Amino acid sequence: MTLDKQTSAAGDAPASPAAAAAPGAGGDRTQAAAAGPQPALRSPLRLGARGLILLALVVFPLVITDPTTTAIAFFALVFMVAATSWNMFSGYSGYLALGHAVFFGSGGYALALLCQQLGVGGGWPSFALLPLCGIVAALIAVPVGLIALRTRRHTFVVVTIAIFFIFQLVAYNVGFTGGTSGVFLPAPPFSGASFNTPFYYVAFAILVLSVTTSWLVRRSRFGLQLLAIRDDEDRALGLGVKTRRVKLSAFILSAFFVGMIGGLYFDFIGQVFPNTAYDPLFDLAVALMAFFGGLGTLTGPLLGAAVLESLQQYLTLSFSSSALYLIAYGVLFLVVILIMPRGVVPEISDLLARRRLKAIGASRAADKQLSGVAEVLR
Amino acid sequence: MSGTAFLEAIIDGILTGGVYALMAAGLTLIFGVMDIINIAQGIMVILGAYLSLELSVHFGIGLLPGLLITVPLMFCLGVAIEFFFMRRLHDEDRTKMSILVTYAVAIVIEGILTATFGVNYQQLSASYVNSSVYVFGFYLPDIYLIGFGMAIALLVGLYYMLYRTKFGRAVRASLQNRTAADLIGIDVNRVRTISVGIGVGVTAIAGVFFGATNAFNPNSGYDLISRLLAIVILGGMGSIAGAMGAAVFILVINDVVAAWWSPTWAPIVYFVALVVVLSIRPQGLFGRAAVRTQ
Repeated sequence: MTLDKQTSAAGDAPASPAAAAAPGAGGDRTQAAAAGPQPALRSPLRLGARGLILLALVVFPLVITDPTTTAIAFFALVFMVAATSWNMFSGYSGYLALGHAVFFGSGGYALALLCQQLGVGGGWPSFALLPLCGIVAALIAVPVGLIALRTRRHTFVVVTIAIFFIFQLVAYNVGFTGGTSGVFLPAPPFSGASFNTPFYYVAFAILVLSVTTSWLVRRSRFGLQLLAIRDDEDRALGLGVKTRRVKLSAFILSAFFVGMIGGLYFDFIGQVFPNTAYDPLFDLAVALMAFFGGLGTLTGPLLGAAVLESLQQYLTLSFSSSALYLIAYGVLFLVVILIMPRGVVPEISDLLARRRLKAIGASRAADKQLSGVAEVLR
Repeated sequence: MSGTAFLEAIIDGILTGGVYALMAAGLTLIFGVMDIINIAQGIMVILGAYLSLELSVHFGIGLLPGLLITVPLMFCLGVAIEFFFMRRLHDEDRTKMSILVTYAVAIVIEGILTATFGVNYQQLSASYVNSSVYVFGFYLPDIYLIGFGMAIALLVGLYYMLYRTKFGRAVRASLQNRTAADLIGIDVNRVRTISVGIGVGVTAIAGVFFGATNAFNPNSGYDLISRLLAIVILGGMGSIAGAMGAAVFILVINDVVAAWWSPTWAPIVYFVALVVVLSIRPQGLFGRAAVRTQ
């Protein structure tokens, strides 16, 4: 990852939460957020860097054909989608949802059962059903969101965890999920070294779709309403934001993409079990990835997922023991949180903004108001 | 289902509820003082159980005498976690960040336990684990009675400490208003560190009774923490009496449903009960309504 990439991330950095305390700051924050992506577009260098990364992702499986590496890349893409979609709700609204495995697993079960019932074959025909998986997850998100979003803060977190466990227990105990023996997906007709490639490109397509959606949400009035809820929900409500509707819409949108990528993930794995579909570690992993990169930013969850998921897959493959990756994963996260409490992307973009100011000879007085200036620079 | 089985399920629920109340009291104490939700509380109970197992298998120290070693160890673990991680979290998003940080601590502990002990199920044993006494037509296992008695004694002790001692007043003061407590000369950081130490320390005791009455492996922490969170949220975060009430409530539901219907559906019933209660009363059964803070 080059520094150019990090600089481009500055366009997505979230507004400082501290600004919520100042009533007059609302207008400035709105502008700062709306103007966010534009300076990034102005610079051809950053645009070039983004295009280069995109191109690298497109040609990746053509250049590197080692199945182990492409499988790791596929898993990284899956989690990049999951973390981006999770961030679309939790990052923007500040509601920490720790139950997104509900949508991930339900997407997997939806695809497995649809293929089974409709007699759809593996590979491309099953990929065509992925949007349906997203819709199933979104439909599940409606009642879940209606119930969970009645609560706030830590109670919301616990309710999402409780709902997650309800789904896991139901999946173990009802007939149509096959209980502990799970459901199998049709085997795809791909073979040999190119087996992973179609999965990779479908995941990549979903990633482009979800990142674009996340970017559009961030730029839109809807996104600003979500940020307002994050900063002060009661005030947002007082100012006329339909908070319940906004929160629920974001929740459903986020569930849609997680369900879709869940379907693809389990299509690749080949079978769905209750403990893999509804895995508490998934709930945590997406949140950790988004936090690692920077909550509420566009590039943060992408970076977090790319780093953490590749690391996890690499550690699992090289040591064949889940214990080591658990330790490495936890320790890495703790270290990052201690050094960069706001996540990698916001901290580094702040650092770069500070450097840039020093370079243009900003006085020490200006330095004191730096956080404000950095806001405008974004 | 017969009346006797029903009554037996209720008694079982109350007795195990005592031990759960003890674990939940630790969780709720940490939350009350620090606004931190300790997701690692579940795996810490399992860690306590493994420590007792090691002491009894390799050093021949009994489960109850072993507590003299494990409780101080867990206390120190709590102090260390508070010192290195919790203290560094910013005030404005402390609760949210604490969930992730303690979750990360939990998976580190889970990883260490898996690497050391593997994933096979273990259970603690002692002479009083399998014996029982006959009271009013019921066979009550000794370990349940000892656990319940010890949990109640500790909860009463905790209550006394919080409401009758100078340290308890300091804890409650820092719980109500950090700045004001600072101003009247309370060392808030010290109070917090000790409170977290106590909150984690009780998991060693709970671990012995959990480990003796349930088979456990390093994965058991998830199931446990989901129950504990259900209990503390239902009881109202920060309320020890609420945690006791909710623990007994949930465990009685659990045992009655398990006896009357099926053990596999029991957790679903109480999670559903939790979700229903919270959507009607977001502050929990015994909690106070949230005051808008700003």
